[in-house]
Amino acid sequence: MESIILFAPLAGAIIAGFFWKLTGIRGAQWITTGLLFLACAFSWIVFFTHGPETQHIQVLRWIESGSLSTDWSIRLDRLTSIMLIVVTTVSALVHLYSFGYMAHDENFREGEESYKPRFFAYLSFFTFAMLMLVTADNLVQLFFGWEGVGVASYLLIGFYYRKPSANAAAMKAFVVNRVGDFGLALGIFALFFLVDSIRFDDVFAAAPQIAETQMTFLWMEVNAAELISILLFIGAMGKSAQLLLHTWLPDAMEGPTPVSALIHAATMVTAGVFLVCRMSPLMEFAPNALAFVTFLGATTAFFAATVGLVQNDIKRVIAYSTCSQLGYMFVAAGVGVYSVAMFHLFTHAFFKAMLFLGAGSVIHGMHHEQDMRNYGGLRHKMPYTFWAMMIGTLAITGVGIPLTHIGFAGFLSKDAVIESAWAGTAGGYAFWMLVIAALFTSFYSWRLMFLTFFGTPRGNKHTHEHAHESPKVMLIPLGVLSIGAVFAGMIWYGSFFGESDKVARFFAIPAAEDAHGTEGGHDEAAAEGGHADGEGVAEAAEEAAQGDLEGAGEAITTTEGTGDSPSAEGHHFAFGGAPGDGAIYIGPENHTLDDAHESPVWVKVSPFIAMLIGFAVSYLFYIVNPSLPKRLAETQRPLYLFLLNKWYFDEAYDFLFVQPAKSVGRMFWRRGDGDVIDGSINGVAMGIIPFFTRLAGRAQSGYIFTYAFAMVIGIAVLITWMSFTGGAR
Amino acid sequence: MDNLLSIVTFLPALAALILGVFLKGGDAAADRNARWLALIATSATFLISLFILAQFDPANPGFQMVEEGEWLLGMTYKLGVDGISVLFVMLTTFIMPLVIAASWEVKDRVKEYMIAFLLLETLMLGVFMALDIVLFYLFFEGGLIPMFLIIGIWGGKNRIYAAFKFFLYTFLGSVLMLVALVAMYADAGTTDIPTLLNHEFAFESFSLLGIQVIGGFQTLLFLAFFASFAVKMPMWPVHTWLPDAHVQAPTAGSVVLASILLKLGGYGFLRFNLPMFPVGSEVVGPLVLWLSAIAIVYTSLVALVQEDMKKLIAYSSVAHMGYVTMGIFAANQQGVDGAIFQMLSHGFISGALFLCVGVIYDRMHTREIDAYGGLVNRMPAYALVFMLFTMANVGLPGTSGFIGEFLTLMGVFQVNTWIAVLATSGVILSAAYALWLYRRVVMGDLVKESLRTITDMSRRERAIFAPLAVMTIWLGIYPAPILDRIGPSVEALLETYDDRVAAADLAGPRVAEAPAAAADH
Repeated sequence: MESIILFAPLAGAIIAGFFWKLTGIRGAQWITTGLLFLACAFSWIVFFTHGPETQHIQVLRWIESGSLSTDWSIRLDRLTSIMLIVVTTVSALVHLYSFGYMAHDENFREGEESYKPRFFAYLSFFTFAMLMLVTADNLVQLFFGWEGVGVASYLLIGFYYRKPSANAAAMKAFVVNRVGDFGLALGIFALFFLVDSIRFDDVFAAAPQIAETQMTFLWMEVNAAELISILLFIGAMGKSAQLLLHTWLPDAMEGPTPVSALIHAATMVTAGVFLVCRMSPLMEFAPNALAFVTFLGATTAFFAATVGLVQNDIKRVIAYSTCSQLGYMFVAAGVGVYSVAMFHLFTHAFFKAMLFLGAGSVIHGMHHEQDMRNYGGLRHKMPYTFWAMMIGTLAITGVGIPLTHIGFAGFLSKDAVIESAWAGTAGGYAFWMLVIAALFTSFYSWRLMFLTFFGTPRGNKHTHEHAHESPKVMLIPLGVLSIGAVFAGMIWYGSFFGESDKVARFFAIPAAEDAHGTEGGHDEAAAEGGHADGEGVAEAAEEAAQGDLEGAGEAITTTEGTGDSPSAEGHHFAFGGAPGDGAIYIGPENHTLDDAHESPVWVKVSPFIAMLIGFAVSYLFYIVNPSLPKRLAETQRPLYLFLLNKWYFDEAYDFLFVQPAKSVGRMFWRRGDGDVIDGSINGVAMGIIPFFTRLAGRAQSGYIFTYAFAMVIGIAVLITWMSFTGGAR
Repeated sequence: MDNLLSIVTFLPALAALILGVFLKGGDAAADRNARWLALIATSATFLISLFILAQFDPANPGFQMVEEGEWLLGMTYKLGVDGISVLFVMLTTFIMPLVIAASWEVKDRVKEYMIAFLLLETLMLGVFMALDIVLFYLFFEGGLIPMFLIIGIWGGKNRIYAAFKFFLYTFLGSVLMLVALVAMYADAGTTDIPTLLNHEFAFESFSLLGIQVIGGFQTLLFLAFFASFAVKMPMWPVHTWLPDAHVQAPTAGSVVLASILLKLGGYGFLRFNLPMFPVGSEVVGPLVLWLSAIAIVYTSLVALVQEDMKKLIAYSSVAHMGYVTMGIFAANQQGVDGAIFQMLSHGFISGALFLCVGVIYDRMHTREIDAYGGLVNRMPAYALVFMLFTMANVGLPGTSGFIGEFLTLMGVFQVNTWIAVLATSGVILSAAYALWLYRRVVMGDLVKESLRTITDMSRRERAIFAPLAVMTIWLGIYPAPILDRIGPSVEALLETYDDRVAAADLAGPRVAEAPAAAADH
């Protein structure tokens, strides 16, 4: 079944890509989509039925060289199964959505150019690469998926190949990602150097020894665990668009919107977070690297949110929002609460994919207009899209009932991140950055809503007159995702951010030895309860998908009940086991999860308050007094331009890297190769050159063949002579 | 078949002889016959060479299918293959029919053209199989002549300059090798390669013209061979002949040059430098690593700013050969395995890339990047093929380009992290130049008037690319057939190497550091 999940999208991609003439365009679309839904269904089955143990499935031998042995193989544990459902669900829905979105595309000549099979083939290929990444059992296969999704992303960003901006963006995405891959590759080399294996199991088992190893890297004498963690994180920074390597993500919006939803919101960009969580057994031994992860995540969350405040392109707002939310996930991972990082990744996939697909629906309805300044009052024209976007906005801004576990998905996961940040940094930098970012998130999200759906229509009148709601095939995915955006947080709160023992059970982390003896009985009971509960939730989720919302509601209350009870008894659970025993590893010294639960009330309420302030300001700016933003932009012009131009990162990089690379290249070419190397070698051979030119001059007369043979004979004589004289000596 | 290797080696030469002696006239029919005969001969060579592969025992690290006989002037004729050479033989026989097929549209002096390529094949195969240094040298140098003619006669506008530059660089490089060969014969009393592999050359340091030569005789021999092979590879800074040669050579000439001829240098390092002069390798190795790392960064940057497609790919070839030398002189299993793999894979990929240039050169008669743009609009199949090989060239996992690059980097990381970091930065630069090329040539709207009527690849062209594409992907996903065959021979080589280096105590880490420190400045 796991193999089918993995290879169904590949089969779809090959059929749609190479054999669409046999199946027809429609056929290619249905085959890819059908295979994706199959993979999706199997993924959910695996998610609910697969036990806690880690399973290895070997597929094929790959690179074997000396002690290096790499297989194509599947590693199945909780982390994988979470990613499986995220990837296949969003991908299946995006495939379906693309039927509508790609139905007519004015970038291509209708009838002549068959862009649709190509698009679906790319989508399926991407899904395959992403699945290879998340199911990898060793770092090289992970690297395969890692670069594979990069290529798919490159192809899809550059899908409108006639647009120069799209081509530039595609290339930029690939090259910037390569900078990250550079770090990741070095990390892999270093691991192999130390462990003599790149299989996860071996690496994890060796983590404690790595932590005690010093190694020389360049001029530095550093702790190996710290070094490797940082190198791997550089890879994550590239893929997950963290600060310094984030510049490609906003430009990636040049791709068709379904691509933005699938790749640049829900799945590929979260690969970095996945990597950090996957490597948690090593990361746990690298406190400084984790501190760096936290710092960079928090800074990115803040930075991207500030830029998001002023963007006018609807997709760019959401892109910066994605960048910012990824920062949240890294903070959670950085403070050592990997389960919460995965929680936010999980919920974010639903609501962000929905926001993008909603934005796509608006763009589709507005004839590919993307500037929000030309929107306005669309809620009457597109009621379903409006409500979907509303749910997405409520989810991302984190609406819920404070101090309970009832709220939209983003409410639960984001608050979990912020509480973890508070506990993990003792109320430091990361916590405050995230709270401020939450305020900004709320502001720009509501700004997007107000500008798009409220007020009066602006811009081209004609476009507004023809604005229409999207077809059903696009609305269904929105509906399904909105269920996730509403309930995913409440249903799985306990598993990701519940009491330690619940989290431990979900991720198959063994209990510490001493705690186990005394708490054994309780554990078992809880385990049974949790298990039954999980199934109930599964059913509830399915019912909910069919529109039966009440069932899901019931499940939520039960989840919450069990989630609360252990803390009432003062039960204290300690994580144990060796690195690599569970899907994630949390060191015995790491109490951040427990501390986060005990954070003070003001901390728990702070994101909610930030959200309210953001909403209020946005309401004031765009509903009550729409002239206010313009006046503010004028009075604070430098700041406005600074934000509008994304802190001038692109310009700085062009100045610092792109132009110098070109001029150095030119210098090496003209001066280095031309003057120095050729110049000196030719200089040495100066006596021979006039001979050449004479020869070359005469060769023009057409006797070149003769000369060539004369030359050959000369050489033959030379060789013979040299051989004999040499042999004589 | 006791003389299988000889049959494979000389079959193309036999065809060349037939062409030269029996084929008369320069009319269309004669040209057609020449083409077909060449294609049949190279294809037959490939098919027969499959028997070599079938008979080859991967578990045996020594020389197999050895043939030995007396030859003129008391020299010995000896052929054989081991895990290091057998796949290069296969690469050569595999590429040559494609090369002939790619030359189908050549109109000028077809007979001579085919003769030159057929002779070249024999000479290249001879290099990979020769087990006698005199024989090796004759094949090695002999190969220059047909290539010189191919560039000089069927080349572009500036072909004479390029041909002589090619000839002089490679020839002058190998003069030193000749001296070294003589010295080796004087020292060991034999020209037999297997015997020489077991012979230990003196490595006591001595003073020459006031300079202390660490590693002594071995180092000198090493340097002499190194000069020849480094030019052939080509390594920075003796690489400048390659871009010129590539630009001027006809498409098929470029393919042979990139796919096979460049590999002679890497093969030479593995056959002579590393196993015969381990102490010399240990002494000079760090310097070679630095040169390789510089080559990767330097030539990648130069490739970035090229305006001529062929030149760009030529520079990219130099960068990729940098990984090869780096892997070889990392002198560990991953490094050497990776280097061999990289050479084989580069044979497919760079050959295909030059063919890609050839496809549009045949149509537009220019290699200027600016003359193109938006080809995808009219040439979707071409765009796909070019994309595949571009991605393979940047070392995308799942293509064969990845495995060589990855293994060599992994190997060198264990030796020197500076080199590893510098060389790994090549993956960023390669992505930059390769994708930029692709973007300028293939992507975008088709606005240039001259390209309005350009046609997509013909059936013949597709058929040429198909085997290359299959090999690139197959070996990327399942490289075991190659790694299994080279592994044991490389392991044996490295075992001896390590033993000898360890035994030669003086050349311990203390000495090895010296050139590295020197290169720092």
